[in-house]
Amino acid sequence: MTDIIIFNDRSASDAVAVSLEGFLGASNTTAVRIEPGEDIRELLPHLDRVALVEINFPVFGDGRGYSAAQILREHGFTGELRAIGDVLVDQLAYMLRCGFDSADPDQALDADAVQNALNRYPHVYQKTTGTAPISGRRPIWEIRHE
Amino acid sequence: MYKYDEYDQAMVDARVEEFRDQTRRRLAGELTEDQFKPLRLMNGLYLQLHAYMLRVAIPYGTLNSQQMNMLGHIARKYDRGYGHFTTRQNIQYNWIKLEDAPDILADLSTVEMHAIQTSGNCIRNISSDQFAGAAADEITDPRPWAELLRQWSSFHPEFSYLPRKFKIAVIASDEDRAAMRLHDIGIQLIHNDAGKLGAKFFVGGGMGRTPMIGPEIRDFVPADELIHYAEACLRVYNRYGRRDNKYKARIKILVHELGKDEYTRQVEEEFAHMKTLGLNPPVAELARITEFFPDPAYDTTANDELDLTDPDFRIWVEQNTHPHKQAGYAIANISLKPTGGIPGDASADQIDLMADLAKEYSFDELRVTHAQNIVLPHVKKSELYALWQKLDDAGLAPANLDLISDMIACPGLDYCSLANARSIPVAQKIGQRFSDIGRQKELGELKLKISGCINACGHHHAGHIGILGVDRKGVENYQLSLGGSGAEDVSLAKITGPGFDEDGIVDAVEKVTDVYLRDREGDERFVDTYRRIGMVPFKEALYD
Ligand code: SF4
Repeated sequence: MTDIIIFNDRSASDAVAVSLEGFLGASNTTAVRIEPGEDIRELLPHLDRVALVEINFPVFGDGRGYSAAQILREHGFTGELRAIGDVLVDQLAYMLRCGFDSADPDQALDADAVQNALNRYPHVYQKTTGTAPISGRRPIWEIRHE
Repeated sequence: MYKYDEYDQAMVDARVEEFRDQTRRRLAGELTEDQFKPLRLMNGLYLQLHAYMLRVAIPYGTLNSQQMNMLGHIARKYDRGYGHFTTRQNIQYNWIKLEDAPDILADLSTVEMHAIQTSGNCIRNISSDQFAGAAADEITDPRPWAELLRQWSSFHPEFSYLPRKFKIAVIASDEDRAAMRLHDIGIQLIHNDAGKLGAKFFVGGGMGRTPMIGPEIRDFVPADELIHYAEACLRVYNRYGRRDNKYKARIKILVHELGKDEYTRQVEEEFAHMKTLGLNPPVAELARITEFFPDPAYDTTANDELDLTDPDFRIWVEQNTHPHKQAGYAIANISLKPTGGIPGDASADQIDLMADLAKEYSFDELRVTHAQNIVLPHVKKSELYALWQKLDDAGLAPANLDLISDMIACPGLDYCSLANARSIPVAQKIGQRFSDIGRQKELGELKLKISGCINACGHHHAGHIGILGVDRKGVENYQLSLGGSGAEDVSLAKITGPGFDEDGIVDAVEKVTDVYLRDREGDERFVDTYRRIGMVPFKEALYD
């Protein structure tokens, strides 16, 4: 029984994530958990052996995880990127646009509310990288000048 | 002026519906106040001492008469018939009911307005020079750049949960009318040696409890890299800005603690990476936006002479108008600082009248200034007299621009839940003490700014004379400081010494102006005399 929501057609990884320190010290793990104060760039040399990155949001107002996610996707990470912790429905669309493709919220989210939140905005003003759902949307300025 | 296309409108409409849904969930008890708070704050809705306060964005302080009329309508229908223009070139309503807020946002959206990101730890409304497009000294109109930044910063997925709020100002002249270097990012548009237009970046300015003047971190960012560079500045801040203490969370502290050079190095590294991603809108987008800001259809044969035989009119013209780049035109400032009034307040009727006057005399354009006044940017000199008469009839012609009674004052303890002391009554008493306009003109340019607590919304650090309300053992007390400036001669004011009670601070202001009158040389302004003679003579007058 899991509350993990996956936003694409893959199935959620069941690997157990270890801390960044643990991951860097062992060569046989494929899942890592990043805390807000940690430098995601330390992970970049090892992306070829990462299947799952969990990014923790201890409180929803701590937005460092958005930058961490963007950096990972900008550097070509294609594995599963999971938001965990204080993940609320009203922040979900931003998370997906920054490259998250799954979530394991502390408190279960209502499925309808999730759909509403993801479909709320018809367009985006910024370009973000990545292949995760809604992260690769074309920004308004690009549509204007196509 | 910029006009929304279908995309801009769709985004604002979606926001209205989202907030309607969030408010419904809150009123139905599905959201707790703790959960609702960050959502309402993203829409400019604060819970104040007595009611909700709604802050409506006026992007870079520019609006047309239809939008101004809407502000009057909201004051009348949802508030108590007043609005309060703020130091962020926005407007606030102090008596809003939560259940009305979605309807207000819906009304605003019909005239291409909103309250998006007027609060919260996100990129706030972009501010600019209130004389943009009209000033004789600008190298270009900064508003298209501000609009580009507005769109980039709206609903930004990575930068909506920053360590703290984030304010950006854009100007395009050497004279700084927007306190640009007291912003988190200050941008001055310049030409480089090759004659190309670009942006000079200052990062890490701000007021609050630790005021700082933003250092220059890059002398030229080309137009087609502006967003990349801004992204880089923000990403370094989002990752490394302090989150352990909200009073140390602004970018000024990060820049200060890292040092300007180290912060710049990190930004440059991030910038090099950003450039590989192609996140910057093409120059064609800036060009598209720029087309919305053409010069109005000036009468190029308009007479540049003015009949100044009416002495009251003459005083107003001398004090409240500013040179226009087009011969035969002037920039007219409407002071919202009548003697004994509340700085920045306007009634619904006054708001509507200003809208009508903009339509009749100023090519349908108005501006809001960070000094809480209104500007009609393009008035034909031959029509100034008629305009002035109509303003005067409505109590909108105080001839006190940049004089001591043209004060900035925050809402203070009368409205604000964070306040330590009242600001408004102090402003009113000082206004009354110096009510004689001849005396004010004798004192010349004198920027007096009052904050009701250390958060410094009243910009007291940047006042030639600054007043800060503090709480001393349960009694309101006011600290006096001298020598600040938010203009191109930017500086931070210094505290004179022990504070004063409410009447004492009015006396103290009078005493320091007496020192100025006694010691000034030539055509020195108050702040020039202070800079020359230093604090000591003022202290002697205050405390001996
Ligand atoms: S300076 Fe303080 S009292 Fe004044 S508006 Fe800001 S927070 Fe409120």
